[in-house]
Amino acid sequence: MNYVIIGNSVAAVGAMRAIRASDPTGNIIVVSREKHTAYGRPLISYLLGGLITEKRMPYLPDDFYEKNRINLLLGNEVVGVDTKAKKVKLADGDAIAYDRLLIATGGDPFVPPIMGLEDRDNIFTFTTWDDAAKLKGIAEEIERAVVIGGGLIGLKAAEGLHLLGKQVTIVELADRILSAAFDRPAGRIVAKKMKANGIEVINEDTVVSIEGEGSVITGVTLKSGDFIPCDSVVVAIGVRPAASFLKGSGIEVNRGIVVDERMQTSVKGVYAAGDVAEAKDFFSGTKNPMPIWPDAYIQGDIAGSAMTGGDKDYPGGLAMNSIEFFKVSTISMGITNPPDGDEFEILTYLDQETYTYRKIVIKGNTLVGAVLVGEVDRAGIFAGLIRDRADITSYREELLRPGFGFINLPKEVRSALFAPAGKVTEHGQVARAVGH
Amino acid sequence: MKRIYTLEDVCIGCHLCEVACITEHSRSKDPVKAFLHEPERPISRCTVEEWDGGVISLSTTCRHCDEPDCLRACISGAIQKNDSGVVRIDTEQCVGCWSCVMACPYGAIQRNLAKKKANKCDLCPDRLTPACVEACPNRALVYKEGSQK
Repeated sequence: MNYVIIGNSVAAVGAMRAIRASDPTGNIIVVSREKHTAYGRPLISYLLGGLITEKRMPYLPDDFYEKNRINLLLGNEVVGVDTKAKKVKLADGDAIAYDRLLIATGGDPFVPPIMGLEDRDNIFTFTTWDDAAKLKGIAEEIERAVVIGGGLIGLKAAEGLHLLGKQVTIVELADRILSAAFDRPAGRIVAKKMKANGIEVINEDTVVSIEGEGSVITGVTLKSGDFIPCDSVVVAIGVRPAASFLKGSGIEVNRGIVVDERMQTSVKGVYAAGDVAEAKDFFSGTKNPMPIWPDAYIQGDIAGSAMTGGDKDYPGGLAMNSIEFFKVSTISMGITNPPDGDEFEILTYLDQETYTYRKIVIKGNTLVGAVLVGEVDRAGIFAGLIRDRADITSYREELLRPGFGFINLPKEVRSALFAPAGKVTEHGQVARAVGH
Repeated sequence: MKRIYTLEDVCIGCHLCEVACITEHSRSKDPVKAFLHEPERPISRCTVEEWDGGVISLSTTCRHCDEPDCLRACISGAIQKNDSGVVRIDTEQCVGCWSCVMACPYGAIQRNLAKKKANKCDLCPDRLTPACVEACPNRALVYKEGSQK
């Protein structure tokens, strides 16, 4: 069996492990356009800010590829897939035959047309190790940077530059930063912390023109007419599934590559996982791209298992983020900004002074979302309850308590999780499992 | 693989499992030195939960899952499952992003804020039986072969 994987980040790694778990002998070929072995992509802001060295970037043990007999082709870009002949075409003209193909190419940074963008140097995106290395490489020339986009990537880029002693201004089109991942109070706490550290945050505005002389940037002009002097610009508006090379392949691409419960695309034998895929959502079941690290691993695992004939189904993507800004920990999961109405119940606790915030979102008798700022310990218990669609009726009042734990759950649930087999329940009932 | 299980009916809520865990992961491996004299006291990898002043109590710890959510969420690759099935954190590699804390449905990963590193049960690599199990005075902790739940 020939397995070909395009891409070499976390979804690809999940697939490699899953394939090797049930097929020790098949050929695995991994093609990546990047020149590095798998690395912790979210670590690029740590690298930029000097919090870690390049030595910490590799995501896998040194012997991983060799031990798992994986043929790794780095610095090779796939330019097309011929699904009839079952071959992938490389930029250098070579073709690789496959029996099972996984597309795990991730996302490409989205760069909108902005006046002056083409003519200037010192314009960066921030999604790869090389992006971070480039920025770090010219860091001495940077004094003042503008970051376009107040999402997770933009904020982390801003934080990294700030750690290098640069003046940073974030420009965000929405009325608040982190509008996708966090709710309003959590976004406000983070914004407050950023401003307290000297990072300027401008909301409800956007960059319309990058000004300069020749290739040198002198500043940016905003829609409002304001001018911000700067010498470099980071474009961090978002990522788009990297699927453009599939044109004409017959593989259905909507916003991302559309996949079923086993991560199979519209073409049999071809799978997709990670940021490039459009898989079902945990709650609604509707398909949309979800660029979330843990979810990419899980999708890769499901795809790898399916490629070897396994029958694990994808439970659906559950959004989750754990990010620290200026030592304030923030974790969000599930539905954090529910629409108004009676359908959802929201419990909150807020202390602006100590940067502590807790929000629980309930639908019917189930937990569907949580936001924690500051005291984030044991947040995963909530993730388990969400994933298991556990009935929270008996402990719903306890959920906001900082010490919430298994002691608040029914005894049979605790026993199912922590007691030895055979001592699981009191009355011979089968306990409902929480977590897995 | 062998895992640590809890019998909450016989747990007396004494927290000796936590003391033993801290001691085992200290530099001196001596409880008095670990608690009083070592500059950085380790954080217990097991967590005793109590209800109603200790009427109900139990010690919770890592399940060393077959498909660990912590490992899947870890952005730096610091969490690995070894060939015997033990899930461990390489603290050198950990960047303290708390993704594992977010993902673990057992609440079994601790934040060491002083070191900005995640901690978790390593099943005591230097011992035959984990320290918490040996320390439990009423045998509420059991170390035996079994599945993760």
